[in-house]
Amino acid sequence: MTIGLVHYLSVSAILFTIGTLGIFLNRRNVIIILMSIELILLAVNINFVAFSSYLHNVEGQIMAMFVLTVAAAEAAVGLAILVTFFRNRGDIAVDDASMMKG
Amino acid sequence: MDFNLALNLALPEAILAISSLLILVFGAFRGDKGMTSVSALCGAALIGAAFAAAFSHQGSAFSGSFIVDGVALFAKVAIYVAAVFVIVLGQGYFDRLGARRFEFPIIILLAALGMSMMVSAGDLIALYVGLELQSLALYVLAAFRRDDAKSSEAGLKYFVLGALSSGLLLYGASLIYGFAGSMNFHVIAETATTNLNVGLVFGLVFLICGLAFKVSAAPFHMWTPDVYEGAPTPVVAFAAGAPKFAAMVLFARVLQTGFEAQADQWRQVILVLSVLSFLVGGLGGLMQKDIKRLLAYSSIANMGYALLAVAAGLGGIPSLLMFFVLYMVDTLGLFSAQMSLSRKGEPVTRIDSLAGLSKTNMPLTIAITILALSVLGMPPFGGFWAKYFVFGAAISAGLWPFAAAGLVASVISAFYYLRIIKLMWFDASGGEMDKSPREAKWIAYAAAAFSFPVVIAFLIFVYPLAQTAAQGFGS
Repeated sequence: MTIGLVHYLSVSAILFTIGTLGIFLNRRNVIIILMSIELILLAVNINFVAFSSYLHNVEGQIMAMFVLTVAAAEAAVGLAILVTFFRNRGDIAVDDASMMKG
Repeated sequence: MDFNLALNLALPEAILAISSLLILVFGAFRGDKGMTSVSALCGAALIGAAFAAAFSHQGSAFSGSFIVDGVALFAKVAIYVAAVFVIVLGQGYFDRLGARRFEFPIIILLAALGMSMMVSAGDLIALYVGLELQSLALYVLAAFRRDDAKSSEAGLKYFVLGALSSGLLLYGASLIYGFAGSMNFHVIAETATTNLNVGLVFGLVFLICGLAFKVSAAPFHMWTPDVYEGAPTPVVAFAAGAPKFAAMVLFARVLQTGFEAQADQWRQVILVLSVLSFLVGGLGGLMQKDIKRLLAYSSIANMGYALLAVAAGLGGIPSLLMFFVLYMVDTLGLFSAQMSLSRKGEPVTRIDSLAGLSKTNMPLTIAITILALSVLGMPPFGGFWAKYFVFGAAISAGLWPFAAAGLVASVISAFYYLRIIKLMWFDASGGEMDKSPREAKWIAYAAAAFSFPVVIAFLIFVYPLAQTAAQGFGS
């Protein structure tokens, strides 16, 4: 069996779904949300690179580089916000982020 | 395309990018006590960029990934001017809190840079990079009061939902790229016209979901009230206007340039988002007790009207531009008015606390009354003209049932604006207010004066400009 485009797209779709579900089903820890976001971005990267190689078009790989860079920046900003949240509340449980409701 | 010419077209962005780096180094040496001079420098950079945009050529650069057309230039000038006002507001706000941080104006500068990349995006890479630069800057700004639990909670919620929406948008972008074979909107349009397949449709749906998150259109609006309540007020005054303008222009550009042949299909999706937004905004606002949450619902409703202009197609573009300028003035004014009210050192956040304001602070009461009437859409104030243009464009595009639904929704939302006015003028006063900070007070007065009567002159001069700007959009 040769591994074709469809296999890569399926893996990416599965990873994307796991990442999305991870954000919504997770009730414990904000760090897990950060991991899920990272998973979504990596799923997208698999898509881009697979399409790029399938289409013989370099743009997808350029985009993958941008996505990697932005993902790093996003993780940095996310963790920084998480640190301020932890300092104020002493906890990073998801259910704890509920001062504001309505 | 000559590289020098390309750089000329990107001059406003170049000014912002280079000056933000230089000012960052300057600020790092001066420290937080240098916030005033950093603010002044950032304001100067923004004004310089606004002039560069106002007198810029039109064209496209960098292999079509950077489009400079009338709409982009119009939006850029509006965004830069809004950013200058927000820097002024933020300077006073953090001064009074005793939490001066020189990074604040610089991050505003970077957010403005991201927004101007968004309005000029001609392919999916520019779209994504611009959107992320803007979003990351705003996540930081929302959590900017780092000793305040509400502010960091707002930042966290904004970050998580914003990152999720970026992920959705990016997944859509990857599908569009794969099934159209290119990142460029024009090439995508060719494939979409000749060979529309299910992958492209899926990609477009994901992309629309991601962008709807960014403009806080219902049903993707759930982050808005929490972020508006928790984030520092100058940040909210910024986030409620400029980023949504940029995202809405991007929305229109992707749909009009990349998927023009499928207008009948995406129009239905946009109309559903639009109707849901103004219904959620109108009904959700009825129960609110917090001023900033109320304004959040008001902004959700207003995004519904803006989406109606997007759905109206090319004919709706001038009305979209006019709508956002007038709406940005109103939100800036209302949030500055909220900033200028405090009682015994505590900021006034509850709507009830506005009771009897006319007995203690007449000028501000008049300003808030004008601004509330304007957002509600009462003629002859600015907000009325915003809605007038949008409904006009929707009706000429044959969308009159949706324009009628929008009118009903704005009648519903009239209830909560009129309630504020009634509280201020006719209820018993809850006590003296503190002296209002100068800059917030004057920006509120200026916004009220703009809503009426300056708006008449503005319409005469700027509406023809918006119409010329919209020509050639999407081609």
